[in-house]
Amino acid sequence: MQAFDPKTLAQDPTSVRFEPGPTEDKLILSMGPQHPSTHGVLRILLELDGEYIVRAEPVLGYVHRMHEWMGQEKTYFQFMPNMGRVDYLHAMAWNWAYAGSVERLAGIEVPERAEYIRVAVTELNRISSHLLWWGAYLLDLGAFTPIMYAFDDREFLLDILQAVTGSRLTYSYFTFGGVYNDVPEDFPKRCLDFVKLLRSRLPMYRDLVTDNVILRGRCEGIGEMDVELARRYGATGPVLRGSGAAVDTRRAEPYSVYPRFDFPIPSYPQGDAMARYMVRMDELETSCSIIEQAVSTMPGGPIAAKAPKTLKPPKGEACYAVEGARGKILVHVRSDGGPKPYRVKLRAPGFSNLSVFAELARGTLLADAVSILGSLDLVIPEIDR
Amino acid sequence: MSVSQLFEEAYTGLKSLVVGLGITGKAFCQPQVTVIYPKQEVDNLSSFRGHVELIGKDDDPSVPRCVACGACVKACPSNCLTIQCPVPVKEGDEGKPVVMGPAPQKGSKTPAVVIVDFSLCSLCGQCARACPVDSLQFSDNPYMVRLDRKEFQIDLLARLRRMAAE
Repeated sequence: MQAFDPKTLAQDPTSVRFEPGPTEDKLILSMGPQHPSTHGVLRILLELDGEYIVRAEPVLGYVHRMHEWMGQEKTYFQFMPNMGRVDYLHAMAWNWAYAGSVERLAGIEVPERAEYIRVAVTELNRISSHLLWWGAYLLDLGAFTPIMYAFDDREFLLDILQAVTGSRLTYSYFTFGGVYNDVPEDFPKRCLDFVKLLRSRLPMYRDLVTDNVILRGRCEGIGEMDVELARRYGATGPVLRGSGAAVDTRRAEPYSVYPRFDFPIPSYPQGDAMARYMVRMDELETSCSIIEQAVSTMPGGPIAAKAPKTLKPPKGEACYAVEGARGKILVHVRSDGGPKPYRVKLRAPGFSNLSVFAELARGTLLADAVSILGSLDLVIPEIDR
Repeated sequence: MSVSQLFEEAYTGLKSLVVGLGITGKAFCQPQVTVIYPKQEVDNLSSFRGHVELIGKDDDPSVPRCVACGACVKACPSNCLTIQCPVPVKEGDEGKPVVMGPAPQKGSKTPAVVIVDFSLCSLCGQCARACPVDSLQFSDNPYMVRLDRKEFQIDLLARLRRMAAE
C-alpha cells in the first residue's frame, strides 16, 4: 500500500495525511497529539474500516533533539542538565542512570547518605509522574475532574522537590559522586506528611475512579497483551508488570541501596489496560513505603564524594540501569580517555512500550485505541530523544 | 439479558454515579486551594532558583569574590556567561583605548564585565559548581517578565552593586 511506504513518507510527509485507503471503504487517519506547540508530538497513522482499526503505525521523530549527539559534544558535567529534558516527568531516574554510569566508569564511590537521598527523591518523582499519568489518562478517556485532584496532590510533592533541588520539573540534581546539595532539615518530616496525605487520598481515588463503572468499561479487556508479546518487544515497567511478569529493575538488577528496603513488586496477570492502571496505582503505595523507609533510616555524613572539577574517566565503557516510572532506563557511556564521552547511548523505555501499540491496536475500535495508547504512559520526548 | 441482570447493571451504574457525585460534592464544600496570582502570592518562593548572581566579598559586598578565571564560562553547557577583562597593553600601544577580552587575561584579578544571558540559561548550576572561589549562587527572583529579549542579558556587576547599596 502506498500510504505506508516509508520512502514516500520521508520525501513528502503530507502525502499520507488524510486520504482514502487502499479500498473504497477504508480511511487513513492521523491520530495523536499533533499540535506543533505540544510538549510531545506523536503521529499515529490509522487505517480504518468503519470504526475498526485495520492497521496502526506510529510515526516518530518529531521531537528528536539529538541528545545522544549532544552527549558526544559536551563534557561529562555539561551533559547532566540534558537528562532532565529527556523525560521531563521522571527526570530523577534519568539523572541517576547517567550519573551512575559515569560513576561506574570513573570508579567514584557514592556516600551512603547520598544514596538514601537519591532513593527518596527518585521515588517522590515517580509518584509525581504516576499522578500526572493518572490525571492525563483519565483526561484521554473523557473524565475531567481527576486531573484536578492529581495536580492538587502533586503540588505538595513539587514543593518538597523544589526545596531540595530548586526546580519543579526538569531536575538537574545529581552530580557524579552524590547529589548537588543537602536536603533541608524538615525534608523527612515533609516527606512523611506527604505520604500520610497521599494515603488518605488513595481511597478517594479508588472510589471516584478505579471502581467507577465507566472506567472499568473503558479499560477491562482492552488491549490485552500476553507476557510473550511484551517480552518480544522489550516492554518494561508497568506495561510488562501489567501482563503478569513481576520484573522490576530495582529487584532484578539491584542497584544503590534498594536491596535494603522491603517493598512488593505489584503485578497483574490480565494484561489489559486495567491491569496496567492497577499496577501504577499500586506503585503509588509502593513508592510511599520506600520513601518512608528511606527518610526514617537516612544516615548522616557527606552528600557527595570528591569528584574532579574536570572529569576524564579512563578508557572503557559502562552501563547503568535504573527503574523509571515507565520502565527500564539504561545509559551506556563509552570513554576514550578525553574530557568528552566518545558515545552516550540512552535506552528509553517508552520506545519499546510504544512499539507494542501497533500490534495491540489492530482490530480494536478507534475509541479503545485511545485507551490503549494512554495506558502505555508515553512521554514522547523520551521516545524520540 | 435477563431482567435481574438489567437491574443489577442499573444499580451498579447508579451507585458509581452517586459515589462520584458525593466525592465531588465534598470537594466543592472545601476551601479553595488555588491562589489568585496578582492579589496573592504562593509561599514557597524562598527555595526558588532564579538566574545566577555574584556573591560579594565579606568585607566589601559591592565587589565580587570572582577572580576572573573563566571556569564558569567553560563549564556552562549553553554559553550564557560572558566575563571580560582588559587586555594587557602591548609595548608601543600605550595611550590607546582599553580593549576588553574574554577572561582570563594576564594581570586582571577582577572582572570588568559579567553578563549572564538568561534567555539561554537552563539553571543547571554547573557554573556555580565549577567556581573555585564560590562566587556564584542562584538568586530567588521569580518575577522575570520583560518586553524585550535583550533585557534578559543581565549585568551581574551592576546588580551586585545595586544589591549592596540597598
